[in-house]
Amino acid sequence: MIHFVLHDANDSVAVVVVEGVKAGMELAGWIMDEDRMTRVVATQDIPIGHKVALRDMAVGDTVVKYGSDMGKVVKPIAAGEHAHVHNIKTKRW
Amino acid sequence: MSIVDKGTTFLGYRRENGRVGIRNHVVVLPLDDLSNAAAEAVAHNIKGTLAIPHPYGRLQFGADLDLHFRTLIGAGCNPNVAAVVVIGIEDGWTQRVVDGIRATGKPVAGFGIELHGDHDTIMRASKAAREFVQGASEKQREACPIHELWVSTKCGESDTTSGCGANPTVGDAFDKLHALGNYLCFGETTELTGGEQIVAARCANDAVRDRFMFMFDRYQGVIDRHKTSDLSDSQPTKGNIAGGLTTIEEKALGNIQKIGRKCTVDGVIDKAEMPTHPGLWFMDSSSAAAEMVTLCAASGYVVHFFPTGQGNVIGNPILPVIKLCANPRTVRTMSEHIDVDVTGLLQREITLDQAGDRLLESMLRTANGRLTAAEALGHREFVLTRLYESA
Repeated sequence: MIHFVLHDANDSVAVVVVEGVKAGMELAGWIMDEDRMTRVVATQDIPIGHKVALRDMAVGDTVVKYGSDMGKVVKPIAAGEHAHVHNIKTKRW
Repeated sequence: MSIVDKGTTFLGYRRENGRVGIRNHVVVLPLDDLSNAAAEAVAHNIKGTLAIPHPYGRLQFGADLDLHFRTLIGAGCNPNVAAVVVIGIEDGWTQRVVDGIRATGKPVAGFGIELHGDHDTIMRASKAAREFVQGASEKQREACPIHELWVSTKCGESDTTSGCGANPTVGDAFDKLHALGNYLCFGETTELTGGEQIVAARCANDAVRDRFMFMFDRYQGVIDRHKTSDLSDSQPTKGNIAGGLTTIEEKALGNIQKIGRKCTVDGVIDKAEMPTHPGLWFMDSSSAAAEMVTLCAASGYVVHFFPTGQGNVIGNPILPVIKLCANPRTVRTMSEHIDVDVTGLLQREITLDQAGDRLLESMLRTANGRLTAAEALGHREFVLTRLYESA
């Protein structure tokens, strides 16, 4: 069972690809570019398609996905937390 | 080894100008909003014809009017269309559309409503439509080489599974088709924001790159002029956010997966313009699904790849839309809309190469005549892009 996927080994967030991820679950993740597995423990419920943080991030940090800049942290995020519009914003527009 | 190679063929309709279509529509095309009623009456009278009503065509001017004509003429010229009956409120602009379509050599006739009224117009147009539909019904499909398929792509109601699964599947298929010399197209200018440098780096040469960045900057200028916020409720959309996409940059990085890893961006066109040589074309275009797909139809593309995450249900009257999805919840809850299920990608049950081949197999079956889910469900969204207010 793959619970989440990420593109690049340096990504700071990854995508949950199954339904029913609950706080406390240990999640198996697939690093697509390198075709190897990794793990993280979810500390919050995370819906399918939403992101789990893979490391702690501070306000102002750049969020990395696809190995690229996808926005900035606007509230502190801990590894295993749900990462979305409540703690990440665009740097554009 | 892909399922497609230079020897692969499909069964298409070869048109008078040499282009190949995969559908054989006789279209009743209104020039303007006022002519929709007559066009729909003709399509009701004459079985096997297709009216494509729309809300515009009056008091437009300048570049916006040019785009209106380019879109209607382009749709009529599309090789999925066998013949066209044009109906307009008056003869002048009606004739302009007729002349534009006639350049392809296909049967076309135009009818103005003024000095006739709806009844007489419907009668005259129905007589032409009846002749056209009987003529079209005799057209035979013939074997055509795969590179004659013009393939466009645009994603919609994307979520994070789009960028991980469905969009890379299109990218794999595009890489394979690019190597065979197909005409390909992507667009969605604002949805490249945050990934524009990746697209620029993929451009085949500096001229293409400069043209791409001109188009990109032009659209950023539109947003800067009109925005009242950071667009965080529009781009990403509410549906995107519900699906887990957080920022425009994340959406763009997922979007760009559709252009694969190998193919170069070989040319740039403005909205509804026709590409002039094989390769992957960037078309400056809205990211709204029905607008962009309509522009692809007007540019001459005959089959469309539409990856979705949360489940966009779009179709188009003349351009068959093949939907693919990697989100297992969407495939479960909206299965009637999904042509190609690539959920196995995200569980490592299939490879990207296999997923791309599944999409190409669906493309060939669609080209040979199999109706897409959107066609079977009657989705015929024909939406014209407007550049600014009417005069």
